[in-house]
Amino acid sequence: MSTFDDTPVQNPARRKALSCLAAWSGAAVVWTVSGGVPRALGATSAGALAAVAPNSLTFVQISDTHIGFRKEANPDIVGSLRHAIADINGLAQKPAFVVHTGDVSHLSKPAEFAQARELLQELRVDRVHTIPGEHDTIDDGVTGYLKYFDHDGKGRAYYSFDQAGVHFVALNNVLNFKAGTMASLGDEQIAWVKSDLSRVSHSTPIVVLGHIPLWTVWEPWGWGTEDSAQVMALLRPFGSVTVLNGHIHQVLQKVEGNVALHTAMSLAYPLPAPGAAGIGEPGPVTVPAGELGKLLGTRQVNVVRGHHELALIDTPLAG
Amino acid sequence: MNRTSFGNARRLLGAAALLGLVSCTAFAVLAADTPRAVEVDIAKFAYGPKDITVAPGTKIVWTNHDETPHTVTSNDKSFASKGLDTDDKYEHTFSKEGDFTYLCTVHPFMTGVVHVRKQ
Repeated sequence: MSTFDDTPVQNPARRKALSCLAAWSGAAVVWTVSGGVPRALGATSAGALAAVAPNSLTFVQISDTHIGFRKEANPDIVGSLRHAIADINGLAQKPAFVVHTGDVSHLSKPAEFAQARELLQELRVDRVHTIPGEHDTIDDGVTGYLKYFDHDGKGRAYYSFDQAGVHFVALNNVLNFKAGTMASLGDEQIAWVKSDLSRVSHSTPIVVLGHIPLWTVWEPWGWGTEDSAQVMALLRPFGSVTVLNGHIHQVLQKVEGNVALHTAMSLAYPLPAPGAAGIGEPGPVTVPAGELGKLLGTRQVNVVRGHHELALIDTPLAG
Repeated sequence: MNRTSFGNARRLLGAAALLGLVSCTAFAVLAADTPRAVEVDIAKFAYGPKDITVAPGTKIVWTNHDETPHTVTSNDKSFASKGLDTDDKYEHTFSKEGDFTYLCTVHPFMTGVVHVRKQ
């Protein structure tokens, strides 16, 4: 954190642009990250994806499905996930895979993990990469989660993989906490990241997946990772780093040098803006009927070979 | 632990009754062992009260009023709830004196402490 500027991360101008563009088209907004500064290119529908360069890697981020949640803020989370799955299956350019940035389940129950895995199999993609959220590690750490989502069979919830010249690092940043602190990655995992990245050239684009933001969005609500500065230091030498987070159920961004950090919408329910006045806690927000679909959604990411910029398209379930 | 000793007291009492040896002393022991229950609410991502002092033998009942799951997990691992969904309860009887700090493993910024003191 000390090497990271603590400027409030919420970007009112971007949010304003987002709502403005969404109102204009009722659909998605294309983002490009150029020179480390994300900017909106314009609103688009799925049809515009045909313009994506043919040699580009496309994947989709979903997050915070909270299978098992049955409260007023969203009485039909399975319906919300199925809506997103239908959208993803209908994309003009088939994504290489889907990443789920955590809180797959709501209460870490085996039945919830089983249902989530079954639902995610409806995605017509080669594979789905998940990482755990704190809702997936409630009773026994990652043990219950790994029975359903152990991606490399190594019995740990962090791993890396390569696809189309991009190196992906999936992290578990929801455990290793002390009372009164934010969760952390822990020394063992950071040592693994260091070793993993030592085999990757600095010109390779890096995409990091972590459930909780890897920068401090709002410490009183635990919206940050206690030891993220250590991982940021390991990422800084790379020419293009994109960090995709979930947890806070809303789109926020921060840029630090060549590292762009983004949080995604949830597919379950909205949460308040960080430290929102009058709301003392990060509990589910119930919105008027018809508004929920605008606050839930998916993200498509396009990586064009030879370009350092990743184009992000955040798509609400309903415009 | 205390629940066990309470159970023992009941069994003892039953045995005593069978033998026709029920005495005022036995009733007094039973009364002294009956846990007093104290409620702690979990609401708006906080334990209320966050800091509580009780006598040995007191049972504390935590109730989660939030739509988000929480846990009651002691730092010394002497007690730990499962994930508590809305309206779920967890109880623990504190038999020994001491200061017992606890947290929510889902939201470790949520902390509380139970001071157990003879009164």
